[in-house]
Amino acid sequence: MVDLSVQLKALRLKNPVMTASGTFGYGEEYLDFMDLSRIGGIIVKGTTIRPREGNDYPRMAETASGMLNAVGLQNKGVNYFVKNIYPRICDFDTNVLVNVSGSTVEDYVQAAEIIQELDKIPGIELNVSCPNVKEGGMAFGVSAKALCQVVKEVRAVYRKHLMLKLSPNVTDITVLAKTAEEQGADSLSLINTLLGMAIDAEKQRPKLSTITGGLSGPCVKPVALRMVWQTYKAVKIPVVGMGGISNTADAIEFMLAGASAIQVGTANFIDPVVSVTIAEGIEDYCQRHGLKSASELTGALRLD
Amino acid sequence: MSSIANKLVLDFILYEKEEWPNSALMKFKTTEILPEIFPGQFVQVKVEDSPETYLRRPLSVNFIDRGNSCLWLLVQKVGPGTRKLAALALDSKVNMILPLGNSFSLPEPKKESGIQNIVLIGGGIGTAPLLFLGKSLRELGYLPNFLLGGRSAADILQLEEFRLYGKVFITTQDGTLGEQGLVTEHSILNEIQVDRIYCCGPKPMMQAVASLAKKINCWCEVSLENLMACGFGACLCCVEKTNKGHVCTCTEGPVFNINELLW
Ligand SMILES: Cc1cc2nc3c(=O)[nH]c(=O)nc-3n(C[C@H](O)[C@H](O)[C@H](O)COP(=O)(O)OP(=O)(O)OC[C@H]3O[C@@H](n4cnc5c(N)ncnc54)[C@H](O)[C@@H]3O)c2cc1C
Ligand SMILES: Cc1cc2nc3c(=O)[nH]c(=O)nc-3n(C[C@H](O)[C@H](O)[C@H](O)COP(=O)(O)O)c2cc1C
Ligand code: FES
Repeated sequence: MVDLSVQLKALRLKNPVMTASGTFGYGEEYLDFMDLSRIGGIIVKGTTIRPREGNDYPRMAETASGMLNAVGLQNKGVNYFVKNIYPRICDFDTNVLVNVSGSTVEDYVQAAEIIQELDKIPGIELNVSCPNVKEGGMAFGVSAKALCQVVKEVRAVYRKHLMLKLSPNVTDITVLAKTAEEQGADSLSLINTLLGMAIDAEKQRPKLSTITGGLSGPCVKPVALRMVWQTYKAVKIPVVGMGGISNTADAIEFMLAGASAIQVGTANFIDPVVSVTIAEGIEDYCQRHGLKSASELTGALRLD
Repeated sequence: MSSIANKLVLDFILYEKEEWPNSALMKFKTTEILPEIFPGQFVQVKVEDSPETYLRRPLSVNFIDRGNSCLWLLVQKVGPGTRKLAALALDSKVNMILPLGNSFSLPEPKKESGIQNIVLIGGGIGTAPLLFLGKSLRELGYLPNFLLGGRSAADILQLEEFRLYGKVFITTQDGTLGEQGLVTEHSILNEIQVDRIYCCGPKPMMQAVASLAKKINCWCEVSLENLMACGFGACLCCVEKTNKGHVCTCTEGPVFNINELLW
């Protein structure tokens, strides 16, 4: 028997597979396809203190082996989540983390305080890296000073698992990673989408209403893998890797590069049960390689 | 009406195909029992071996025969994904997620009084969901009027099938078939008292039909074709601005009453 469970500090996942925010709705959208108790956790949609209508259509452009999105954090606000969505999802037999976003430090702090009151939510993932909203989001994720402040102030009020989601749209991700660690983040997840752009040559117009958007899917995997590796070497807190993971081998690669757990994002759209397939695949991989526990994979990349 | 059936991921086999220069009618069957599917619902098709096609492709259910687990898709070749699909050889395996989306609102079975004349307006490949809808209306006792429009005769597909379920009226912009002009200009719309319109086609055409429906104060539903990533409510990419704000066209649509839309 392989022990598939992994620890992110005090947070225990039954296996290393989680689903990425914004690609998995509130989990409910996948209930027809899969049993959520088969994966380690889900990160629900980006949630903000006030409701957000999101960006105008079109919000999506397909690219070679991936897609650009410009959803812009459409959500009904944290209070709506607490009242209407939480009661429906609180009994899911897996870790449900809320992805929190904001335009000001105060937004993040308030949302974190409200979510802290929800017994069945063991942690939050702070999204300081959304490239699709004008008034902030990514601004916190690309400046060490701004990041320092937001993590510090959220940490001061939030006592459960604090996962910080890093932006890849920086020159040196380890600077931001270390800042978050110093300010008390419990884990780091990466990467969020890469800032990109698509143009319709015939119409001579941008394909997205926002002109630029966030790139995800298999096309970002090599960049994500490199950043997970760099981050793993720079910090001591657990790293949660994502970016283009579509199958078991991808997930194993992220773990070898240093991830303690992984998130599956865009791939859920093409194969809604892929997260379960990957969890099973990791078990099979461990068996084939004679590993007693999946956590032995973390950082096990051979360099000799 | 929202779908009650659970969404499934199913493999189908292509057992019959009819091809035209710009489109193909593809008939699939599965060894599984098909879930209940309503007219207006769609499937998300995985296109294999097409490097440009990463996401699934949304396609309307053109027709189903649940007894034999058969499902038809009418595909217009507009890009790499639809071209690859249309080129599939017989016996190819195709993976689909279904049933997706809401459906056209069906009326009560026909009575002496009440709704009499229903017009189904389709432009180009927008005729795809209307065959299944027409069959369902026929089963409710109506004789649907299909008003099909295209640029030229070659765009008017499945005439034989449509004639099985109702009366067919045609417009082409070049006059090669039916009346010359746009669907909204067809004489039938002046000759009968239209009680209900269902419409699917290019957005400008649907908007023209919607404004006509408003002018004659007629109930009207349209089926939108917004770009989709997931097709089942998880990504929020497919939104349309409505009187309720941004709503997902893949779960709360693709069918909308024109009064909900801001056109
Ligand atoms: C609910 C729904 C039902 C649909 N039903 C049918 C159907 O029954 N038969 C059918 O042939 N097509 C249907 N479509 C449209 C079909 O999904 C697209 O034509 C297809 O995804 C294009 O893929 P591609 O790889 O061939 O082309 P791409 O390379 O993706 O696109 C080629 C061109 O087509 C345009 N295009 C792509 N997707 C759409 C879209 N959703 N709407 C309008 N234009 C688009 C692109 O802007 C581009 O100019 C439906 C779409 C939706 C959302
Ligand atoms: C449609 C879409 C919406 C997303 N929304 C969010 C979000 O609200 N918050 C967030 O932190 N990340 C969001 N992301 C980023 C993903 O969680 C993930 O970081 C990214 O897509 C890379 O992983 P992938 O390549 O496996 O998709 C979104 C991604 C997509 C494709
Ligand atoms: S296509 Fe993903 S929510 Fe509609």
